[in-house]
Amino acid sequence: MTVVVMKNVPDSSHVADSTAVKTAVIIPPVEAPPLSVSRVAQVGQWFGCTALPRVIGLALFVLVWALIASGGNGLPGPAQTWTSAVEVFSDPFYDNGPNDKGIGWNILSSLERVGIGFGLAALIGIPLGFIIGRVAFINGMLSPIISLLRPVSPLAWLPIGLLVFKQADPAAIWVIFISSIWPMIINTAVGVGKVPEDYLNVARMLNLSEWKILTTILLPATMPYVMTGIRLSIGVAWLVIVAAEMLTGGVGLGFWVWDEWNNLNVEHIIIAIFVVGIIGLVLEQLLLLLARRYNY
Amino acid sequence: MSKYVQIENVQMVFNTRSGRYVALKDVDLTISQGEFVSIIGHSGCGKSTLLNLVAGLIAPTGGALLCAGREIAGPGPERGVVFQNHSLLPWLTCADNVYLAVERVFGGKESKADLKRRVAEALELVGLSPAAHKLPQEISGGMKQRVGIARALSMQPKVLLLDEPFGALDALTRATLQDSLMEIHAGLGNTVIMVTHDVDEAVLLSDRIVMMTNGPAATVGEVLDVGLRRPRNRVVLADNVDYNRYRSEVLKFLYQRQKRQVA
Repeated sequence: MTVVVMKNVPDSSHVADSTAVKTAVIIPPVEAPPLSVSRVAQVGQWFGCTALPRVIGLALFVLVWALIASGGNGLPGPAQTWTSAVEVFSDPFYDNGPNDKGIGWNILSSLERVGIGFGLAALIGIPLGFIIGRVAFINGMLSPIISLLRPVSPLAWLPIGLLVFKQADPAAIWVIFISSIWPMIINTAVGVGKVPEDYLNVARMLNLSEWKILTTILLPATMPYVMTGIRLSIGVAWLVIVAAEMLTGGVGLGFWVWDEWNNLNVEHIIIAIFVVGIIGLVLEQLLLLLARRYNY
Repeated sequence: MSKYVQIENVQMVFNTRSGRYVALKDVDLTISQGEFVSIIGHSGCGKSTLLNLVAGLIAPTGGALLCAGREIAGPGPERGVVFQNHSLLPWLTCADNVYLAVERVFGGKESKADLKRRVAEALELVGLSPAAHKLPQEISGGMKQRVGIARALSMQPKVLLLDEPFGALDALTRATLQDSLMEIHAGLGNTVIMVTHDVDEAVLLSDRIVMMTNGPAATVGEVLDVGLRRPRNRVVLADNVDYNRYRSEVLKFLYQRQKRQVA
């Protein structure tokens, strides 16, 4: 089973894709490998087609990095960064006051902000998407506003947050909220609009109540779209958190990056970049796994 | 009751982007209780529209439709519809798909156990008890259509409405389902209205065949009484003179009198 899962790890272009705010993208169903292929051949094929290119790609990446770093421009090389990373991760949860905490605390703080901001966005965005998809009048009312606000750069919302909440932390959460709500609204609304007419005919033949239509037909039929919206939203939220925290300070990966820049500790900045990338990748994969449950 | 379903002077106009489209005009038809009526015609002749009108899924722009003496104002449990493409909800098992209908019709009056018994009975009627807990994607197209029939029958409808129910199936599966449908009709005595474009299907199953003229402004062209004795057997009937006469009657209507101008 793990083989099948690994086969579907998307390449880096896919990850980059997910950060863009787009309308619905349906994840193609997973193709099972043919049964006639033996286990050994299967593993061999996986190694040749999936693992090998990735290993080579990563190796080349590290090589190019080392070459650039050896040019004497102050960029730390892979080895130097690795040593530093081992040191950072050997004590991730130390606490020397508000401005000097272990990487673990920074990661948890960032995840917490993303969790709260994204959670609130989901709580409001998904039901709102349903209403927009279901009621043409409200769709007409809200779609110009959404079109207007959606392209606004996330950080443009920060001053508004600071003004209203008078505090850095809620302002950062506000930025996450406002920038991650759009993909969920739009994808949910599109999904509701694309519920096959057949299913709605069944609802009409049975004269189902609006509540029953919602729970037995609209919700399950829209789930793949909602999941795509959630995935895009988490991507955006995670993308924005570093920038937001750089500006708001406190504890978090973004603040850590800025702090280490002030300390001119470039190794730590590179470590932070990797940490942000890996956590983003893990979040994406978890959501892809979850989304697979809703592929009917 | 000799006039169970009455279609009186029905007109159906659709407002399309390219203007008004008169789909049906002056359609008159009376169907008795227990009768099996097929509606046949070329595609675009409004036969599905007519069925949707009886189902109450759409409202006529003129004329009246009555079922059991009452005007059809919308969908109702006394009229069960079997859709062309089975229209099962893919996230529900076969039993749950049927349960959805049963719950809607009998949910207020009966216990959960009674509802479940009704589901089991409906699935047994179409021979699908073993597949009750499978998802639609795990069963064949013919089985899906059987579940669709079970769902419609589970509501204990007085009228069963079938919209090209077997059109998407292969010939052998279609024949099996036609036989099943004949058995069910013989057993329950429902009134059945079936839209089809299959001449053999219409002659084999029907008491009467309603032949529609071509659209726009389609209407009932001719009505053919099929006087073949029941139960009917497709193999025996293959050499039957009457069967072949009925068959050629329908063929002549479709391909000589109502010849399609552009295929």
